Parts: sequence; C-alpha cells; structure tokens
Amino acid sequence: MKITFDWLKDHLDTNLKEDKIVNQLTNIGLEVESIEDLSAGLEIFKVARIIKTEKHPNADRLKVCDVDVGEKDLKKVVCGAANAKEGLITVYASPGAVIPKNKVKLVIAKIRGVTSYGMLCSESELNLSDESDGIIELKVAKYMKSIGKSYFSKSDSNLIDLSITPNRPDCLGVKGIARDLAASGLGKMKYIKEKKIKSNSKQTLKVKINKEKGQGCSSFGSCLITNVKNTESPKWLKDKLVSIGQKPISAIVDITNYVMLDINRPLHAYDADKIDRGIIVRNSKSGEKFTALDNKNYKLDEGMCVISDNTGVLGLGGIIGGTRTGTELDTKNILLESAYFDPRSIRSTAKKLNLDTEAKFRFERGIDPLSIEDGLNKAASLIKEICGGEISKIDIQKIENYKIKIIKFDPNLFEKISGFKISNKDMLKILEDLGFKIKKEKKYLKLTVPSWRPDILEEIDIVEELVRIAGYDKIKIIDPIKKRIQSTLTQSQKLFHFLQRAVASKGYLEVITWSFADSNYNDHFKGTNKEIKIVNPISSELGVLRNSIFSNLIMYISKNLDRGFKDLSIFEIGPIFSGSNPGEQSTVVCGLSVGKKFRSSWIDKERNVDLFDAKRDVVQTLVEAGYNSDKFFIDSETPNYYHPGKSGRLFLNRGKDQIAAYFGEIHPNILKKIDMKLDVLVGFEIFLDNLKLPKQSLNNQKMKFTFSDFQKSERDFAFIVNKSVKAQELINTIASVDKNLISNIKVFDVYEGENIPQNQKSVAISVTIQSREKTLNDNDLETINNLIIKTVENKTGAKIRS
Amino acid sequence: MSDLKNIKEKYNTKLNKDLSLEEINQIKTELYGKNGLISSQFKNIGSIPEVNRKKFASDLNQIKDELQNLILDKINEIESKKINEKLEKEKIDVTLPERSFVMGKIHPVSQTIDEISSIFSEIGFSVEEGPDVENEYNNFTALNTPDNHPARDMHDTFYLDEKKEILLRTHTSPVQIRTMLKDKPPFKIIAPGRTYRSDSDQTHAPMFHQVEGLHIDKDINMGHLKGCLNYFIKEFFEVEKIKMRFRPSHFPFTEPSAEVDIGYEVQDGKIIIGEGDQWLEILGCGMVHPNVLKNVKVDSSKFQGYAFGIGIDRLAMLKYGINDLRAFFDCDYRWLNHFGFDPLDVPTNYRGLSR
Repeated sequence: MKITFDWLKDHLDTNLKEDKIVNQLTNIGLEVESIEDLSAGLEIFKVARIIKTEKHPNADRLKVCDVDVGEKDLKKVVCGAANAKEGLITVYASPGAVIPKNKVKLVIAKIRGVTSYGMLCSESELNLSDESDGIIELKVAKYMKSIGKSYFSKSDSNLIDLSITPNRPDCLGVKGIARDLAASGLGKMKYIKEKKIKSNSKQTLKVKINKEKGQGCSSFGSCLITNVKNTESPKWLKDKLVSIGQKPISAIVDITNYVMLDINRPLHAYDADKIDRGIIVRNSKSGEKFTALDNKNYKLDEGMCVISDNTGVLGLGGIIGGTRTGTELDTKNILLESAYFDPRSIRSTAKKLNLDTEAKFRFERGIDPLSIEDGLNKAASLIKEICGGEISKIDIQKIENYKIKIIKFDPNLFEKISGFKISNKDMLKILEDLGFKIKKEKKYLKLTVPSWRPDILEEIDIVEELVRIAGYDKIKIIDPIKKRIQSTLTQSQKLFHFLQRAVASKGYLEVITWSFADSNYNDHFKGTNKEIKIVNPISSELGVLRNSIFSNLIMYISKNLDRGFKDLSIFEIGPIFSGSNPGEQSTVVCGLSVGKKFRSSWIDKERNVDLFDAKRDVVQTLVEAGYNSDKFFIDSETPNYYHPGKSGRLFLNRGKDQIAAYFGEIHPNILKKIDMKLDVLVGFEIFLDNLKLPKQSLNNQKMKFTFSDFQKSERDFAFIVNKSVKAQELINTIASVDKNLISNIKVFDVYEGENIPQNQKSVAISVTIQSREKTLNDNDLETINNLIIKTVENKTGAKIRS
Repeated sequence: MSDLKNIKEKYNTKLNKDLSLEEINQIKTELYGKNGLISSQFKNIGSIPEVNRKKFASDLNQIKDELQNLILDKINEIESKKINEKLEKEKIDVTLPERSFVMGKIHPVSQTIDEISSIFSEIGFSVEEGPDVENEYNNFTALNTPDNHPARDMHDTFYLDEKKEILLRTHTSPVQIRTMLKDKPPFKIIAPGRTYRSDSDQTHAPMFHQVEGLHIDKDINMGHLKGCLNYFIKEFFEVEKIKMRFRPSHFPFTEPSAEVDIGYEVQDGKIIIGEGDQWLEILGCGMVHPNVLKNVKVDSSKFQGYAFGIGIDRLAMLKYGINDLRAFFDCDYRWLNHFGFDPLDVPTNYRGLSR
C-alpha cells in the first residue's frame, strides 16, 4: 500500500513531521517498507514558452524552436510535435533531466545537423497520461507568470510504501491508516461526511442478485450517471495518483481508483448504454467466456460470481470488468457499481483463473460491507463535478443483511496476555478511536466491532488491538529461568549429532543439499522405491523428493570436479523419502569420496580411495557411536546402484535385524550414464533409524575393568580356502574355538596366484592367545593350535598351508 | 701396600688416555677378571697379617671403587661420543612437509542449529522434530489458517498431490501441532528443521531452515516471550548489549503477533549486530492463538503461551558474515572449507558457543 504524507493529511489532523509518522506506522504494525522521494529530479522540468519556431532545414516534420526558459538566453530546441507553435506555454526539460517514462537521460545532441539543447515534453513522457500526441499545452493565463519555474510543485511528501498484513483490509485505504495513527495519539481524525446524492431520478437499470447456492455477492449498490463528458482528470486528482506512482487515465477511471485508494472502496463503472436490459449477478455456467479489461479471454468454470446482462457475462464481480461495457472517453451514460463480494468466493475464482487485481486483493481480504453508499456518494459527486451529468438515486439490492459483531471483552485479559497494565481510560480511548462502540456490562465491555474490521472476531483480537496501539515497547522483559525439566535431546537426536560429527572428523565436508532431486539422477539411486513427484516444482531439476542422498551428492561432486578439485569427500545427514505421506521418510548419513586418499609426496606413495576406506569410516563411526564391532555382520547384498562385487552391507549383529549401513563403489554404469569420467567413486550410507538405540547411556554400559597379566602368544596360520569363503567366516570360526583363550584375530595377508590352486586363495591370519588364569605352556598352546586348524579345516574346507 | 698403590697409579694413567671400548673392556678384564689384578688382591686378603688386614681390605675396596668409577665414566664418555657422532649424521630437514592430513567440516547451518539448541537447553527447552512432508491440516488449518485464507498466499507451497492435501511443510510450526497433540501441557520445546517454499532468488531458496519455539504453561505472557528472545539473541550473537524491537505483525496462528528487529550497523562492509541505528528483521512470534490451542485440545482458559519461528540460515548469515543464501546449498568445496566448522568445535555453554 502506497501513501504520501500529504494524502494522509486529508484524513489526519496533525502538526507532526513526516519522520515521526513514519516511525509510528511501523510501531503500530503498519510496517514501512521503503520511503522514496518521487519528486527527486523533477525540479529540472520547467514551465517554458516557445518564442519562435522555424522549420528544420533537413527534416520536414521537425521544427527548431527558440524557447524562453526564464533565463537570459533563449534555448534552441528541436521538436517534432505538430502543436509546437509560437506563444505556446509548455514543459521544457534541460540536458541532464531523466525522462520519467523511459528513464533516459537527456544530453545535448545534434538532430539532423541541428543542435538541440533539451526537449519539450508530452504528457506521456512525464507519465502524466497516455497522451503522446504533441507536447503539453499549458493555459497561458495560469502559467504566464511561471515561466522558468519548476512545472511540478515541489512536494516534501515522500512516497511511503507500507506492507499491510492480510488481516488489515481497512488499511488498504488512506483513511484507515489515518484512523490507526489517530488512535495511537498522533493526530486527530478529520471526519469527512460524504455528501449524499440528492436526486429525483430513479436508477432505471434493473439489478438482480440471483439467490443461489454459493452466491458470492450479498449486496449490490449502483447509480446511473447520465450525460457525462468523460475527460482528463483535473490536476489535483492527477497529482494525487501520480504522487503514489499511479498513472492517470481518464476522469472516470481516475475517480474510481481514487475512491478505492482513499477509503478502500472498490467501484466499477460500466458504459450503461452497452448493458443489455439490466444487471444480473449470478453464478457462472461452465464454459462461459468473456474478454476482461486486461484484454485476455477467460473461460469460466461453474459457480464463479459474475456480473452479467441479458446477453452474457460483463465481468467477474469484485475482480475484473469486461471490455464489452468498459468506459471510454466518449462514454455518455455510466452505471456505477459498489458491491460486497464474499472473500472466499473472490479468492477461489481468482486462484482458478490465476488473476490478480487491485479489487481482488481488497475484496479477498474483506471490504467494509457498510461502505457501499459512501463509495457511491463520493465517486458520483466527483464525477458530476468533473464530468457533469445527472446522478440517479442510489439503488441497493441485497440478499443478506450485514450482521453486527459484538464481543464480550474481559479487560483483565489484557494484562494476562500482555504482562503489563494500561488504565481503563486509555483502554476505552483506544477502542473508541479505532471505531468500536462500547457498552459497559458489569466487569465486561460489550464491544461492537466496526464494520471495516473483518479480522476482529474474539476477545484475543481486542487484546492485540490494545497492545498494538499502546505500544509493544511497553511489554516488560521477564528474564527466563535457567531450569531444565527434561533432557534437551532424545537418544536418537544425540545419535544424529554424534554421527554427524563423527563422520566429519574423518575428513568429510558436511554439505546440505535440497530434499528435492533431479529425477534423472534420482532414477539411478531410487532402488526399489517409487518416484515421489512434486506437483508444482520450481524447476524440473528439482522435480522429485529424493529417494537417496547420493543423487544430490554425486551431482555436487561432479560440479566440484569441474571446479578443478580432484580429491573430494563430502557427506550429508538428512532425510530420504520412501513415499509421499507424512512420516514416510528416514534419516541417512551418506558420504561420497573421489580421488586419491593420499597424493604422492616426498614421503608417501599415493593411493586411490577405495571401498575399504568407506568401510573403515562406517565401522569406526559406528564403533565411536558405541556399537560393538565384534558383533557386526557383513555380507555383499547391496542395492543396484553399488558395484555388485565391490560393496557390502553391514548389520549390527548376526541376527541381521535391520540394515545399518551400505558401503562400496558406486556402480560404474551410473558414472558412465551421468558422464563422469572417473574410475571410482566410493560411498556409504548409514541408516540412523535402523540403529538400535542402546537402552542405557554409554556411561552405564561400561563393564568392570578386567585384564590379564599372563603372557600372551601370537600364532600365525595360513589357510588355503576356496575363494568363496569370506574372511569373516574364517575369523568367526577361529573365534568360536575358544572364546576365553582367543583374544584377537587379525588377517594380515590374502594371496592368490602362483603356487595356489585356481579358485583358491591363501589367507594368513594371526591369532593372539592369552589366558586369564595362567601362563600357557607349550602343551596348552599346541592343543589350541591344533584345535584351530582342525575346526577351520572342518568348517570351511580350508587346508593349512605347510 | 705398594702393590695396591702401583695398580692404582698405573691404571689411573692408563684410563686417562684415549681409549676404545675394546681397550676399556681389556682393562676391565685385567683388573676384575677371574685372575685380574684387583680380583687376585681380594683373594690375598686372608694371607695378610691380622693387624694390617682391615686397612688392606679397606684400601683395596677404595681402589676397586675408584677404578671402577673411572671405567664407568670412560664408557659413558665413549658412548655419548658415539651417539653424538651418530646424531651428527642423522640431521634431517624438518622443514619438509608433514604427512598430509585432511580436515572434515561441519556445515554452518548445522553448527548454528547446535548453537541454538545449546542456548535454549539452558533455559529448559527440549528439542522436538516433525516430518518434512506434512498434511494440509497440520501445516495450515490447525494453525488457524483455513483454506482460502489470504495468509496462505504468504507461503508458496510445494504440493505432492493434485488435491493439495499433502505438501512440504512451509514452516516448522506444524511441529507445534504434533507436539501438543502427542502430550499434555506444559510444553517447552524448540523444533529446528528443513522448510520449503517455492521461491527462488538471491535471498530466497526453495528449501531453508527454521527453528520453532513453543512455551505453553499456566501464566506465560508476552513479557516471558520478550525475555526469552532477548536472552536468546544476546547469547546467540555473543554480545553484551543488544537493541531489540518488537513490532506488531500478523500471523494467523498467534495473537497478538510480533516481528522482532535487532539493531545493527555496517562497518567496513560488515554487519555488526548490537547497537547500531539500523533495524534488521530476524524472527516472527506471538502468543499462541486460542483457536490453535482448541485444535490441539489444550484448554485455553487454563493454559497460554508463546511461539516463535526463526530463520536459521539468516541467523547464520548474520553471525558469520555470509552474504549469499544460495551458497549454503551449493556445496562449493572452497565455501565449505571457508565457512565450515571443525567437528571438534561442539557449541557448549560452559566453553562458549564459538571458539
């Protein structure tokens, strides 16, 4: 909502300066978004008189004018306007001026060989109207003494742009804003009683509101104005509209706009001669069409509130009029409409047709239903004053009466909510100034809500009005109590934070990517999930909810590779989605690495990242989070986006309850399809929601500290086994031989090739044997050695390598 | 007697020369070996006349110790000389680079969430969560924003179905609804998380982060709200004094509603939060609307309280001098390294929020 201080003063009696008012607007909830000096740069446009015109020597249509701009010397200006003639008083722009219409800065220029010092302006060029035919002609009598003076009256009133919250339609008119300011003590309202139309002639066009289900119009006021002469608006009106950045069009349009902006009362003017035997307000039929004033054709659904005549649709009530009955400069007879439309009906129609207009914006927020007559009176009087003509009596058709809203307000509620007190007297004054009618009833106030406040429905709304006007700065600061009733984080939230920092500490940079993904990328990683489409995505690259974090990470890895980085490790912890219902999501820690683990340096050899790096990161992270790696179970069943032979699946225990994590290389086909020229991309996913939360905190889980001081011995074994036998199997088998004596098992070599039969491999394992009770003698050791060999050979088909 | 003296003098002289380890060992054997000079003298003790025996033994022991010490010193001297010679050869250029290391980083938004949680933890808030996908009821209707309400226009919503019943939450406020439906008052929670609006330019991203706050109890009024936010802002920006302004605004789910501005100034192109004369809007808040309480079956005649919603990304930008919101989600390696936090740098209140 744009206003000026000057306009505000039409309604507000105040001695205060603009800056005071501006501050207060924000303080009472009418937030000032910006203040702009519209007259800046306009003082350079001067009233000037053409002294002499000559034909341009090189162009038939151009003239060379000598112009008196109030200085000692005349200015030579080349001008193409047909109406440029000797003696004409017009507006002159000197070099340096910025033309409001096209924002072009004037320079001294040669036009067809003749130097022109400035320019003579048309109304269109100054944004005063659409009139571009010829330069401005000012009345000699009025402007003769103003030659050389600035054409635009110097205004100290800036353009103030307010952000009006959707609950305050009343402040979409200057008058409403003035009312709020007055209530807050910054001046007094000027109560302007609109002149009532005095007329003997009847409104002869029949208006009918159809009583039907979902009728969006509850009352329709109108009057006829006959024999008008539509013209351009007088200067005061033009200035008013220009001052808030609107463009004057013609008197009738300008007047309806002015009334709308001034008292928030949208009106519509029809060319009465083009209306076919009366107005019918009704629901639209499916498929009805009309051409609106925005020159677009609209096809209507059933049940939209239309203003029609006996031929068809004239316009959408409260949203936009149609071209068929639009007013023109030659319009003779006008039907002026002032109606009430239901906000919901307006909103649903406008939404369906994707239409946004000033009227729609206001009606959907709620127009004062009792302003119908005021609007007609004010606008019709102005039309008569400016365009002449006869005004008919006002006709108002209603299918519903306005219901007065009364709220029983307990004044104690104010302090209970706001935490501070104001006097009864202040309370009553604020409410009165805002337009409430007050009746005291025991300890309550019976408040009649002003008709322009559709937002006020209950007691709490009254509290807000009072706090708002009394001032939010009066709310006292009550310091919070530093007391914790329950723990801040739940176990799973703690785990989230722990995993996040545990993974980062392994050299991964944390990223945050959209929860959306490009379906082209997501397709590769969605596994068995179905695609979840967003109905109205911001772009096709963000068209689906991600089924996996990989789709985004891989895209951003790719972007960083393009930036020239080679060794990258990034991770994200966040949601992935398995369905489109609330809750069909889970939290995943997903990491992706590319490039070298180490670059070759003076001291180290280089090596690529590989899946065992990813495995290490997964296992270490889980161990750090408190899970026992001795119990982990790993197999190689992984989703199809992993390399089928170089990826693994990790469970927290052998029972294979739920998948804790995947790790491995990304499937080479995917890299190829998304055109990443890479050998390997290594990643992992840890599924936070699948990690069983420890019942007790880690602190309570720590067992009694025991250790053995008896000598330990290390024995190495090399087994030859089938390639299909997994290291995990060998280790578990050895561990099962004697849990008390075998304290550590380590694979230190895996070998295939020469001296080893085909399809077999040699696995070298070092086993630490230690008793908690005694030092083992050679015999004991020999026994356990043999037992290990025998068990492994029996269970896995391995042969000890001699 | 003279034997002992002779031995002493002879070997004193010998041991004062430059000797190799082998030569010293030779001397050791000569003196203390099975038939060494000193060893033999000990064997003689018995044959010494009793009157002299005591003195002899004492002298012998003295000489033995003296020579032994001399030998030990000599050995030490040689060994340390040897080590020094070795060390002389082992000098290495320590300015050569160390083995390479990589550092992971925590995203500034995550760090900020941890900071926020740490601050609110101190004054008794616990953390709640809710799903990113919400139904229309929790996101709007239950929050007193019925269908066809113009306030819905303020939220450009992503929908997952044509009927517009399932959507990506446009704010974290539905967590209020979920929390209050799940439990009984009092409530004192914050809910940080991802939020979505179909808006995208320099200052808007289709996804951003909010933290919701909710405190419902018997007598919680706007003074408590102001106190809570005043505390939070001071702690978060780690400044002693802060200029804060409550300004009336409108949210359907709170009444009265306020927007909160903080004072700032620009010094050398950097925003300094504190006491400057410019205002910056950082959050929206208000007293929970009785209709919302009614929707979650909380008796508004007994319980009342406040709620607030803060843009986390914006807070992070202000605190850490980040200019472009879009960069948060652009995953530029350089940016992440520059603005990211060390994973060991966990915000705590005893150590201070930031290092």
